[in-house]
Amino acid sequence: MTLETFGLSRTKYIQLREGLGAWALNRNWSSLGLIAVILGLAIFFSLLNPNFYSETNLRNISRQTAILGIAACGQTMVILSGGFDLSVGMVIGLISVVGSLAMAEYGLWFGLLVGLLAGAMTGGVNGLLVAKAGLPPFVATLAMFSAARGLALILSGGLPITDLPPEFTYLGAGQIFTLPVPAVIAGLVFFFSWLLMKKTRFGRYTYAIGGNEEAANYAGVPVARYKILVWGLHGLLVGLAAVVLTSRAVSGHATLGEGMELETIAATVIGGTALGRGRGGIFNTFLGVVAMGILTNGLNLINVSTYYQMVAIGVIIAGAVYVDQLRFRR
Amino acid sequence: MSISPPETKSTQPRIEMRGIEKAFGAIRALRGANLTLWPSEVLGLVGDNAAGKSTLMKTLTGVHQPDAGEILVDGKRVVLNSPRESRSLGIEMIYQNLALAQNLDVVANVFLGREVTRTVIPGLVRQLDERRMERETRKLLNRLRINIDSVRTNVEQMSGGQQQAIAIARAVAFQARVVIMDEPTASLAVKEVGKVLDLIRQLREGGVSVILISHRLQDIFTVCDRVMVLRSGECVAERPIGDISMDETVKYIVGAEAGNLSAIAGGR
Repeated sequence: MTLETFGLSRTKYIQLREGLGAWALNRNWSSLGLIAVILGLAIFFSLLNPNFYSETNLRNISRQTAILGIAACGQTMVILSGGFDLSVGMVIGLISVVGSLAMAEYGLWFGLLVGLLAGAMTGGVNGLLVAKAGLPPFVATLAMFSAARGLALILSGGLPITDLPPEFTYLGAGQIFTLPVPAVIAGLVFFFSWLLMKKTRFGRYTYAIGGNEEAANYAGVPVARYKILVWGLHGLLVGLAAVVLTSRAVSGHATLGEGMELETIAATVIGGTALGRGRGGIFNTFLGVVAMGILTNGLNLINVSTYYQMVAIGVIIAGAVYVDQLRFRR
Repeated sequence: MSISPPETKSTQPRIEMRGIEKAFGAIRALRGANLTLWPSEVLGLVGDNAAGKSTLMKTLTGVHQPDAGEILVDGKRVVLNSPRESRSLGIEMIYQNLALAQNLDVVANVFLGREVTRTVIPGLVRQLDERRMERETRKLLNRLRINIDSVRTNVEQMSGGQQQAIAIARAVAFQARVVIMDEPTASLAVKEVGKVLDLIRQLREGGVSVILISHRLQDIFTVCDRVMVLRSGECVAERPIGDISMDETVKYIVGAEAGNLSAIAGGR
């Protein structure tokens, strides 16, 4: 019996075998585990509280997690390139204030534009500090954390900015067909981030820099330029998340987004993207965000206080990183 | 294996470095070093630590610029300001342990920094042409007779020898005429060393000139046509492999004249 019996030429057969082999080897099997965990959580919570499966609640989950998802996409790209951003939460507060002030003064579109640009700029500054000044991401983004919080409080005087145009609420509360607008935005962000990381030179270089920065440099990759681009794009997504969150809150406030740095890192790590190894990806983070969303919503439904939830998330982050290190230890 | 003497080759050296000097502050790393590399030749470059091997090679790849001296490629004087410029002349260096991104697959590594893309939306969006890169990678590996189960496997899942082979393939993928290898066999299992040496011979057969830096003299004597010894930034010996023994080479490396081994015991 020959291969030709099955209508396969030899080269076709080799290609097929290679493809399957590589697929099995490179597959991130942990994402299958995570899908199982998500299903398990969903079943668990719907048994405890039948409201879990109600349409309103599912819509709630998607609305709540959408903002986390948008910011987590950016965080994931930064983590894939070998960094991480501790300033996300405070930057969201700053952009909420700056964007709202601009919007109250000059109108809806100008405010939106300022919000997004301010995001890209803070991201770009983080990128410059990391790529050009050579600061460790921990130091650079911790400095940004403090500076952003201070600026937000100075500009707002610690007070919420409420005189926003009424149309602005559409972004956070509106619907497209039956889908919440934030969820649609998050879906688009996930899809295009995934395309960018998988299919383009930008994505390839992000992974290469995270995997072996020196090798990338010697191979002729303009490392500093691409790092700044990654951080800038991340900043833009943080800006988008801030604008949507401000719309949901119907006011700009310096404390909006507090804790988002840890939540985005948690979602990324739970999804299976490793800190500092250039492994994982946007799809992993999608699963991580869904898992986090179901977990917090489910715990709320069964009346577990947010204080306990914070403890749980801490434990889960440590556990996820520990398991990941076990896998790669030699 | 046949070692052909240099005179059967072209009369034009592929690389000539003359009187290269380079100082880092008060330290004179190179003191008028010369180097000649012929087409289709494997030159062994040996010397103690800090003899100036890396500095000399970094001058040739454009990482360092010499304080004095000149570099000729195919008889033409060149000034190399960056690794990009030396690469455009067909000079590739394989750095020890720095060659590959472990988290990427073979195709991505071979094409890193030189990805093939195709237009999706003209002037706006370009996409990696994975199929074409995959095809080219397979062709390249077949040509070099490198056996890899799948070009889509991440390199971290491969043995040290396979990784070194990929790094070499990567270096010659784009018409390299000179390949510099820094300790390519240092971290390899014994049976894998032979494969890497075979690959070096294949490159020579294909017309590529190779500079092999190695502490393993047995590798140098197995595969090289000539050996050159650097000591304190100067070239102290340059001989065809047939005209020099390993013992002599060691003496040149450590700086002891024949019979004067007390200098070795006394640490120079």
